[in-house]
Amino acid sequence: MLAFILRRLAQSIAVLLTVAIIAFAMFRFVGDPVNQIVSLDTPAEQVEKIRKDLGLDQPVYIQFARYIGNALHGDFGQSYQFRQPVTKLLAERAPATLELALMSALFSLVVGIPMGVYTALNRNGFGAKLFQAVSLIGVSLPTFLIGILLIYLFSVQLGWLPSFGRGEVVKLTQNWTTGLLTWSGIKALILPAITLGLFQMTLIMRLVRAEMLEVMRTDYIKFARARGLKTRAINFGHALKNTLVPVITIAGLQLGSIIAFAIITETVFQWPGMGVLFLKAVQNVDIPIMAAYLMMIAALFVLINLTVDLLYAAVDPRLRATIRES
Amino acid sequence: MTDMIGAGKEPSVFKRMLDSDIFHSFKSSPITMVAAFVVLVMTLAALFAPLIAPMNPFDPAQVFLMNANIPPRWMNGGDPQFLLGTDDQGRDLYSAILYGLRVSIFVGVIGVAIACTIGVTLGLVAGFFGGRVDAMIMRIADVQLTFPAILIALLIDGIVRGLLKSATREDIAFSVLVVSIGLAFWVQYARTVRGSTLVEKGRDYIQAARLVGLPAPLIMIRHVLPNVIGPVLVILTINVGLAIITEATLSFLGVGLPPTQPSLGTLISIGNRYLFSGDWWIVTFPGITLALFVLSINLLGDWLRDALNPKLQ
Repeated sequence: MLAFILRRLAQSIAVLLTVAIIAFAMFRFVGDPVNQIVSLDTPAEQVEKIRKDLGLDQPVYIQFARYIGNALHGDFGQSYQFRQPVTKLLAERAPATLELALMSALFSLVVGIPMGVYTALNRNGFGAKLFQAVSLIGVSLPTFLIGILLIYLFSVQLGWLPSFGRGEVVKLTQNWTTGLLTWSGIKALILPAITLGLFQMTLIMRLVRAEMLEVMRTDYIKFARARGLKTRAINFGHALKNTLVPVITIAGLQLGSIIAFAIITETVFQWPGMGVLFLKAVQNVDIPIMAAYLMMIAALFVLINLTVDLLYAAVDPRLRATIRES
Repeated sequence: MTDMIGAGKEPSVFKRMLDSDIFHSFKSSPITMVAAFVVLVMTLAALFAPLIAPMNPFDPAQVFLMNANIPPRWMNGGDPQFLLGTDDQGRDLYSAILYGLRVSIFVGVIGVAIACTIGVTLGLVAGFFGGRVDAMIMRIADVQLTFPAILIALLIDGIVRGLLKSATREDIAFSVLVVSIGLAFWVQYARTVRGSTLVEKGRDYIQAARLVGLPAPLIMIRHVLPNVIGPVLVILTINVGLAIITEATLSFLGVGLPPTQPSLGTLISIGNRYLFSGDWWIVTFPGITLALFVLSINLLGDWLRDALNPKLQ
């Protein structure tokens, strides 16, 4: 078990290191960092001094070590376009993105799981066919188009919900703001959360359906039927419970891509989150922000992956056995 | 089938195709036939856009700004000249959609072709040679798999913007887009092909080919490749849809194709700006076109996956 944990940790660190090398290479070699700081009429000796101060005259591997060291302290340098520390810019926008991501993940689970169960239990019913069709359409519509559609319907035509921004936010701590405590904040969250969560919802629905169909074929379900248990108890007490483990895993792993996909949703709804910041960085070649965002997403993915793997090993005795054998 | 071979006559390729299981399953699924029809018609319409479209939206001599934002023909204020109305620059929307669809399909197909070539090659090499080459290729694939394709494409776009001078960006926007999509989607091919290559490698016919002394590249292309290509076809179909969505998304986000050579995504992005002033048609028609095309491709892909899956037959 310990060997397994150590091996997974080593793999995670290797992934992070690879991403760090890419991030550093972008930072160092795509555009000259000094040129972004000085203006055209800065005297040459001052340019040289800045170059020295930034440590750019040292060998590349020392620069890389320094970049990693700074990153571990949460220092990713200055943004070219805002002239502010990247970490501060990201931290300001993190609450908005995280709130949106969590809400849409919640939405996708709460709606996706019942839909999946329903379609599995009534396989050939009209409702199941309808859900299947809707899910295929949901996969085929690009996220931004769904967002535009919802805005047109609920903001422009019906005027029920706002089409942009976060509404009123409450400051919880120094760095953390939330829109969940005000009515306008909640209203502003609904459309973006649905837009972002719709794709995951169809994914979860299809997954629950497939898993559920698989479980219903197993012997223990047949045995439970033979014992004369109520259908309800079989469906929810036995079948659904065994379906949920892989579903929770996938949902957990999807959280990272939800945050990455938030770039699109945030753009459509002008949501003041990290995704919009990243997109602006791409458009204006603001490399420090791009590098930091890349590292952050990688760290997030690795952390979630690692947690899921370790939880699996802790929960599932079969997996523990295979680990011991290998 | 057996008596035909016994008669010593080889049936024509066309006849064999009509007799195959796949064609049977195609005929018995009306939805698939409709989807195939839609894909065919739209692809043809896009290919022959210059012949079908009433005007060339790329030609400045045919576009007049005073025609901007005219509603569709059947509405109040519509102009019989413009079937689906015009966009903000006075381009006929119907023509713009045909040309836009052409650009979208072009980007999707070439992007996926690049992804497929990279992925299949690396997958074959990794599976066939194994060892350190395999480990290295698959580790890179693992790292890339942690990022969604759209993020990879955005990053590549950003890096290229940083490396090039701003003047050239618009000229090479198309190439950048296609390459970013290619590099964002190769992993799935590599993993699939590597898996099947590992299986095929142990088979007798490969051992025989090796004993005869055929060079490794020849064995890989002539003997392994035809046997591992089946699952690749399914990924290929579904990926064309995904690539078109990715292209549209990037263009919508403003890092794809410039408004001077609009794809469907660019048209939707333009239309989005006029949604609040009530000019709904600029966003709606390109949106429907995009959704219909991708939906049909996905239906075809779903069907192909089931038809090629021996477990379900």
